[in-house]
Amino acid sequence: MNYPANLKYTKEHEWAKIDGNVVTVGITDHAQSSLGDIVFAELPSVGRTLKKGDTFGVVESIKAVSDLYSPATGKVVEVNAAIGDEPGQLNKDPHGKAWMVKIELTDPASIKDLMDADSYSKYVASLK
Amino acid sequence: MLKRTSLYEEHVKLGGRIVDFGGWELPVQYTGVMDEHIACRTTAGLFDVSHMGEVHVEGAASEAFVNYLVTNDAAKLAINQALYTEMCNHQGGIVDDLLVYRRAKDRYFLVINASNTDKDFAHMLQIEKEFRQANPQASDLRISNESSNYTQIAIQGPLAEKITQKLTKVPLSSVKYYWFTEGALLGGIPAIIARTGYTGEDGFELYIPWNKGPEVWRALLEAGTPLGLKPVGLGARDTLRLEMKFPLYGHELSEQTNPFAAGVGWVVKLDKGDFVGKAAIIQGKQKGLPQQLVGLKLLDKGVPRQGYSVFSEDGKTQLGAITSGTLAPSLNQAIGIAYVAKNQAAIGTRLTVDIRGKKLAAEVIPTPFYKRPY
Repeated sequence: MNYPANLKYTKEHEWAKIDGNVVTVGITDHAQSSLGDIVFAELPSVGRTLKKGDTFGVVESIKAVSDLYSPATGKVVEVNAAIGDEPGQLNKDPHGKAWMVKIELTDPASIKDLMDADSYSKYVASLK
Repeated sequence: MLKRTSLYEEHVKLGGRIVDFGGWELPVQYTGVMDEHIACRTTAGLFDVSHMGEVHVEGAASEAFVNYLVTNDAAKLAINQALYTEMCNHQGGIVDDLLVYRRAKDRYFLVINASNTDKDFAHMLQIEKEFRQANPQASDLRISNESSNYTQIAIQGPLAEKITQKLTKVPLSSVKYYWFTEGALLGGIPAIIARTGYTGEDGFELYIPWNKGPEVWRALLEAGTPLGLKPVGLGARDTLRLEMKFPLYGHELSEQTNPFAAGVGWVVKLDKGDFVGKAAIIQGKQKGLPQQLVGLKLLDKGVPRQGYSVFSEDGKTQLGAITSGTLAPSLNQAIGIAYVAKNQAAIGTRLTVDIRGKKLAAEVIPTPFYKRPY
């Protein structure tokens, strides 16, 4: 699997793309592959404040329900509504089109310990 | 120590994602639940169900014994005919559901759930003891757990007959639904070829000697792959049965469940003579069963899951709980099976399901959820 070098990663298999003080968040290719066919996604409303590690939504495959954990502390400023209508996008393009939320950082330190692509690849390999 | 079927290596080779399923290492999926589900509905699916348990009941008293053991009427079976039934305890609760095949006047073949095999067999031995006490003349009755001697492969779907026919000279079109034949596969492998299944599709369940599993599995894949046959894992096996509202032990059925509450009263033959649990089942029915199993669809967006609470339409009164739920791949609709209070079980009744603290709208709908087009 290919984990883009411009993203940061969590142990819970979210990715974070950091542009200034806005963090775009999605789930990793490993997450979508482990889940299988994703049939439902529940995302937060714009304006919700999140602490790093808070659950900000769920994704459901046919068999399982998985919580989503925020990689950053901040406020939700944009939500990808297309995911709700077409959750299968999460299987097709998890690192791209199927981003989930954009979070405006209120605590820049909260993203300091995210993994880079290399560390995340090794972490995923260690799970097998 | 996890158990493996004779087909474990085949699953690994096919890229199956292996999980622990009630102590068995089995594939939950190969290419994907959705893909495998649709293959079974449109062409055919191949399932390893060797984890199921098989029990032989033999001897002159086998008819009387089986009929005392199960709720359906096994005495009415012709040779080469099968039936679906419940097996209850003396309290009228369901120990397991099973298929009963009659191989001869004095020979029955019982197929039970994998996770219940040990419990079921112990129950059967207990009932055998009681039966022998009441029927001292039944000295030649023999009951044996033969689970480790069989590989069971199911092939299900509109093309199942066409594909299976390539492996045998037995004319399969003459085997009717819930009948079976005994014949050879691949020129010499003895098989019980039964037109039964757990998907709502046409198809067969094949019982063959344990060590012949890989040979038959590979031959079916070779014969069927060009026609669209795909191996199907446990994930799609569950969504296929759920679309039919076929009950599953541990979800809809338990040792506390009266068969009439579970919607399987049709396999309880109260007019056939005494059987284990009969008095308690009748008593429960007369007292009035508080809950009934219903099929529902979610009107709001979400997926009902086992254990979620079901409430009245206004969300104020709890009526029961979901026993199984999924997004139905054939219908692209979230569906669930639930026990609800009897006065809220009519088709068209509006309910709510508590999903992560939100009460989402649902409606009781007719079942099976899916009806095959052929």
